[in-house]
Amino acid sequence: MNYLYFLYIEFLTRHNIPKLFGDITFYFIPFCVIAAALLVVVLILVLAERKLLGFFTQRKGPNRVGFWGIMQTVADAFKLLCKENITPDKVDVFLFNLAPILVFIPMFAALGIIPYSAEFTFVNTQTNVILYLILAAFPILSIFLAGWASNNKYSLFGAMRSIAQVLSYELPITFVVLSIAVLASSLNLTGITYAQFSKWGIAGWFIFPCILGFIIMFISILAELNRCPFDLPEAESELVCGYNTEYSGMRFAIFYLTEYSMMFANAMFISILFLGGYLSPFGKYLFSSSFLIYFEQAFWLFLKAGILIFIMIWIRATLPRLASFDLLKFSWTVLLPLSILNLFIAVLIKMGGALC
Amino acid sequence: MTTTTLKLNLGPQHPSTHGVLRLLLELKGEKILSCEPDIGYLHRGMEKMAEKMTYLQYLPTVDRIDYLAGFFYSELLCRIVEKAMEVELPDKVRAIRVMLLELNRIASHLLWVGAFLMDLGAVSPFFYVFREREMILRFFEKLTGQRMMYNYFVFGGVRRDIDFLDGVEEIISILPKKIDDYEKIITENPIFLRRTVGKGILEPEIAFNYAITGVNLRASGVDYDYRNSDDLYRGFDFRTVVLEEKDSWARYKARISEMRECVNIVGQALDYLKRAGVLEQRLINPLNLKLPAGDYYSEIEAPRGLACCYVRSDGGEKPYRLKWRTGSYYSVNLLRKLLVGEYLNDAVAIAGSLDIILPEVDK
Repeated sequence: MNYLYFLYIEFLTRHNIPKLFGDITFYFIPFCVIAAALLVVVLILVLAERKLLGFFTQRKGPNRVGFWGIMQTVADAFKLLCKENITPDKVDVFLFNLAPILVFIPMFAALGIIPYSAEFTFVNTQTNVILYLILAAFPILSIFLAGWASNNKYSLFGAMRSIAQVLSYELPITFVVLSIAVLASSLNLTGITYAQFSKWGIAGWFIFPCILGFIIMFISILAELNRCPFDLPEAESELVCGYNTEYSGMRFAIFYLTEYSMMFANAMFISILFLGGYLSPFGKYLFSSSFLIYFEQAFWLFLKAGILIFIMIWIRATLPRLASFDLLKFSWTVLLPLSILNLFIAVLIKMGGALC
Repeated sequence: MTTTTLKLNLGPQHPSTHGVLRLLLELKGEKILSCEPDIGYLHRGMEKMAEKMTYLQYLPTVDRIDYLAGFFYSELLCRIVEKAMEVELPDKVRAIRVMLLELNRIASHLLWVGAFLMDLGAVSPFFYVFREREMILRFFEKLTGQRMMYNYFVFGGVRRDIDFLDGVEEIISILPKKIDDYEKIITENPIFLRRTVGKGILEPEIAFNYAITGVNLRASGVDYDYRNSDDLYRGFDFRTVVLEEKDSWARYKARISEMRECVNIVGQALDYLKRAGVLEQRLINPLNLKLPAGDYYSEIEAPRGLACCYVRSDGGEKPYRLKWRTGSYYSVNLLRKLLVGEYLNDAVAIAGSLDIILPEVDK
């Protein structure tokens, strides 16, 4: 970030603008960048999901708006913007309106602490892994608010299931993250990325010592994202649409946006923990100029996240939904013990490495 | 601390009720304490309507009783008239009818597989089954001009001769492979097993008390298939699929196996039709058709259980009273019993496994 900061200050001083102005405004820029990038990413993700689901089910997917259906999600987003925001009778109006706002903020903040490349880390604190975990679990609060405030039984069921699900899958995630922290001796996402650097590229990635942890993490993230086969909170065949049944127009769009940006953020989070984050899989970068390398690093991160998202969509096209009891049982009796075992293995590897 | 139960209206506008079924559920947490099916949202007065129409006028409407298996109901009405007028069907007409009925049964079961998996949360099989169902519907369309409301069987025969069979040949050569594909992605899937094995157990005694017939009964270990004693199926060699497991999984497996048997029957009918000559049939003149006074009854093994038609005629050109018996009607009633004590998301799966079609229930 320092590099960008100096570039920015230099740019300002060249135009005779005081440094103080730069100090204040510099921290707003990343959020503008994220907000702009986020919309684009979500539009692409929604289109990708619909296209891929189409291909998996032998359909064409959206193919009318724009070339190859590219503008379909733009049209959908525009439609949602134009739609009326219906507030049903007898809802808790304050909470009902608060929920979509609250769901958006933590997700936005979570994207700010992800190291996109060696330079593009907007907020870099020493323990930002913990911070990320907190922010990633935060939307559940607004999901509950939405379910409760909607005054709808289906919404309430969705919210209830959502909470039970996130609470039970949060623990395995924490244990897996702990094992990564042990391996990397760091609780910083950039630090974890550096710890996976090796001359031979992928050989240093934590997926190899922690393949068990990777699988646990992937499953738990699926559950936390309410994605198939863990999409019980939004089980459309049972609960109509779960917690966002009563939402319409832009409020619904915000829930939708959050869902997909969380998917993107969490896929990047897994890539950072296990797949070397922004490091190149070949050990060396294709570009030599330091400025281009930053973009190449971001490209590698997005590619890894994209592959993970592809797998998530693939799973959605393949599997039926779990029953709610199996869901909780699976977490507490299978994933949690395994994640503790994974932590144990990680500690052994670390101790072995220290002894050698 | 007092606890109260939650009354939940599942339907009539709900994605998983397959139409306009309304289930009044009483829930404690997610556990169902009682279930009260509320039907009639799709009632079209099919029975009362018959009293105002001649047999010929009524014939095209009966396809609408079950839009997924229209042939079965027109077959029932034709059979009533043929019985009353004492007409014996020629072999070729029988073969054509059996072939179409069984193809229709396959189409109906295919759609059920997709809808059931949709209830369980798997999206893809729904599209796969539509792809195969499309082949069958294409053939029907080519033959009858209609995809769902065929109006092809007429009193004493069929509307026109079949002079092309390549569509059917394609279906029976492709379908077994496709059914294998479904089984690969569904049958042994651990999540699918967890959600169906041991869920919604239907004991044979309960099934008898609730007058359950068809695949649901055969999946409970009762060997009863009306096709075995049906005169129409005389000379066809097929196996009755009976499974002992009694649960949702058995009902799924029974339908899958039954589809294979249907392919087998269609193959036999096809072989006959290839050898048979030009269609010779003695049609009953439908104009001014008067059934002799008396009671007439016909039954058939429809995809959703035994379907029956009962006609009382007073010798006029309109039925004095007409009554339909449809399989789904009894399956809906069974929900009252099967869903109690289950959890909400299992309830959707169990209701889906019974193969309920609402137009058939409400008539």
